Amino acid sequence: MAATAESVVKPDFKSQRKHFIFTDEHEALRESIRSFAIKELAPHAEEWEETTFPDSVFRRMGELGFLGLDKPEAYGGQGGDYYTSLVLAEEITNANSGGLAMGLAVQTDMAMPPILAFGTEEQKREWAEPAIKGQKILCLGITEPDAGSDVSGIKTRAVRDGEDYVINGSKTYITNGHRADVIVLVTKTDPDAGYDGFTLFLVPMDAPGVIREKRLEKLGMHASDTALLAFQDVRVPASAVLGQVGKGFYHIMWELQGERLIGAAGCVAGAQKCFEKTLQYAHERKAFGREIGKFQVIRHKFAEMATKIESARQMVYVTAWRFNNGEYPVREISMAKLHAARVACEVADECIQIHGGAGYMREYGVERVWRDMRLNRIGAGTDEIMLDVIGRSYGL
Amino acid sequence: MEPAPPFTDEHEELRRSARGFIERELTPHAQRWEDERWFPDELFTRLAAQGLLGLKYPQEYGGQGGDYLHEAVLCEEMARIGSGGTAAGLGAHINIATPPIWKFGTEEQKQRYLVPAIRGERIGALGITEPGAGSDVAAIATRAERVDGGWVLRGEKTYITNGVRAHFIVTAARTTPEGGHSGISFFIVDRGEGVSSAKLEKLGWHASDTATIALQDVFVAEENLLGELNGGFKLIMANFQWERLAMALGAVGAMQLAWERTAEFARQRQTFGRPLSGHQVIRHRLADLATSLYTCRCVTYDALRRFAAGEDPLKEVTMAKLLTQRACFELMDACLQIHGGAGYMREYWIERAARDARLGPIGGGSDEIMREILGRTLAL
Repeated sequence: MAATAESVVKPDFKSQRKHFIFTDEHEALRESIRSFAIKELAPHAEEWEETTFPDSVFRRMGELGFLGLDKPEAYGGQGGDYYTSLVLAEEITNANSGGLAMGLAVQTDMAMPPILAFGTEEQKREWAEPAIKGQKILCLGITEPDAGSDVSGIKTRAVRDGEDYVINGSKTYITNGHRADVIVLVTKTDPDAGYDGFTLFLVPMDAPGVIREKRLEKLGMHASDTALLAFQDVRVPASAVLGQVGKGFYHIMWELQGERLIGAAGCVAGAQKCFEKTLQYAHERKAFGREIGKFQVIRHKFAEMATKIESARQMVYVTAWRFNNGEYPVREISMAKLHAARVACEVADECIQIHGGAGYMREYGVERVWRDMRLNRIGAGTDEIMLDVIGRSYGL
Repeated sequence: MEPAPPFTDEHEELRRSARGFIERELTPHAQRWEDERWFPDELFTRLAAQGLLGLKYPQEYGGQGGDYLHEAVLCEEMARIGSGGTAAGLGAHINIATPPIWKFGTEEQKQRYLVPAIRGERIGALGITEPGAGSDVAAIATRAERVDGGWVLRGEKTYITNGVRAHFIVTAARTTPEGGHSGISFFIVDRGEGVSSAKLEKLGWHASDTATIALQDVFVAEENLLGELNGGFKLIMANFQWERLAMALGAVGAMQLAWERTAEFARQRQTFGRPLSGHQVIRHRLADLATSLYTCRCVTYDALRRFAAGEDPLKEVTMAKLLTQRACFELMDACLQIHGGAGYMREYWIERAARDARLGPIGGGSDEIMREILGRTLAL
């Protein structure tokens, strides 16, 4: 709509601004995910912090079609574009549970894409199709006790033995590790081949020799289950190889791009939600005779936060637009992930500060956002790894 | 190496023995107390047996006859427990609940409360903050009404450290209908009829029993008025200086410990074929953190030296509190980041240290309040 003299004179801060990447269909999807999250998930958020969220969430979301929004219709997905997945990542923050959002993201945007991209028809039928229905739960095994950021330091070995492979090693910090039916596992098949010595496998979690060790206790993300896993002489057929033998490193680097972008989108949405909650508090809470939001320093804190969130949001949207158009924008994804994760942590920290003593109390929920958000500067590649990727992209 | 002023060899000797006791007797249990969300009350008597509850108090009340510098050593070393909540509970007793009785109490009040407190037999808490009065102390709404033989208190206190376990609560209440700064008085409230506590769950400080305390028509005898009637604001202000210095010292101690542990981790942990400390960015970050720690130490020790010498270093103490609490949290956050995924796991100590440190910029007067005070001391 063209600006009129009046609208130029009086800015309308209340108007909804739809971003150019989204259509009315995306907005309708947004509404339906939001109302589902508010009605069916958020009321249990507190309880799930203690118990982890139940597997039935996967089944329910599968029924509703939310686990395959951007997945091919041939496997039961909705056949939508990448932005539908972005909408899910944003609106699921209305469940008020970082751990739940993470468990779902592992299913839809971390473990499933490599199966659909590199898997055989049988593998897609066996794992992706029921995962889209929410009947099977997926997890992804990259990190090991001695190989985190340094993915090339992975030691889990898969050794060819006739028609089979025998796998030995351990994986840690595995989200969904206790509940999953199958793991997309990164192994080393040729220790002498450097980056060309890695291979992915689809290993059923009930295979003999797969041991679910500890449930790991964490700073935040309490609603998600995080596992330490051991693989002792786990025998799988050669048909369990996912993608090409020796190309596992490249497959997983590709997977990480989608993971990072979707993580960045979750950061922006989570920060926005925390901002709004705190804005309301700043209107209600009085000190020294006025609303605390009316103090200049507090007002400026909100202005800073809003500007940071908006900058991260635009980075995520424009990078998603490139990704959706078929580009492989590794540098921009790394920048968006780095920036969005930092912004989310900064916003959560500032929201605690604005809440004062209440911010430190569990009752207000801000401390939980702060604890959950802190993972984003570590998981899916630390800030330092993002900086390294960005720096190296300039030939440095 | 010479001890850093204002400390002398005598203080360093105290430091060694306090640290030895803490690392031997307390640190090994920190994790359990965190998990149980409670440290045992007997810690008070065990510290008392070491003379650690009365370092700055005169010998006639059972103290050690030392001064604030001796107390300062303990404030710093308590960080070595590795449990902010345990240090906070012990610290609330030593540094905020008992000093007002020592400074403003009658001889009879000192005998009744300070002496058993130094022996660790009676545990104290300080009750100022309310649901509607945090940074804005003048907004205190708890009322004390005159009755025959004393006062009746009605109101609610919150975020009170030792709020469940305390035997007595040094409580601020409004004693004039107008209120404001000049209408506040202090009372020593014994736990008893009308006093009920509810524990609060927090981001950190899990071993501490932070609580909301409801005061429902609590009768307080005349002789439990602490300090001058309507003179409570002066008492609050007097105590704030030492409380904030104690927090600054605690931050310095916590930063030192975290830096040492993280540097060791960085030397051991191998990535990309070398130790973490072999990566330039990590090495430089640890160098920055060491510099931040040294800055905090120098600024805190200067404020301490002035305070101990009897100056009224409002500006320096406020700056030390503001600087150290933010710097301590930032150091913890950076150490957590250096630990990577391990930093996020409860199994390592650093996620707890970061959660505990986050209280610093809020408690004892938030960063924003520190800046307001500085604005005034700088004539702005």
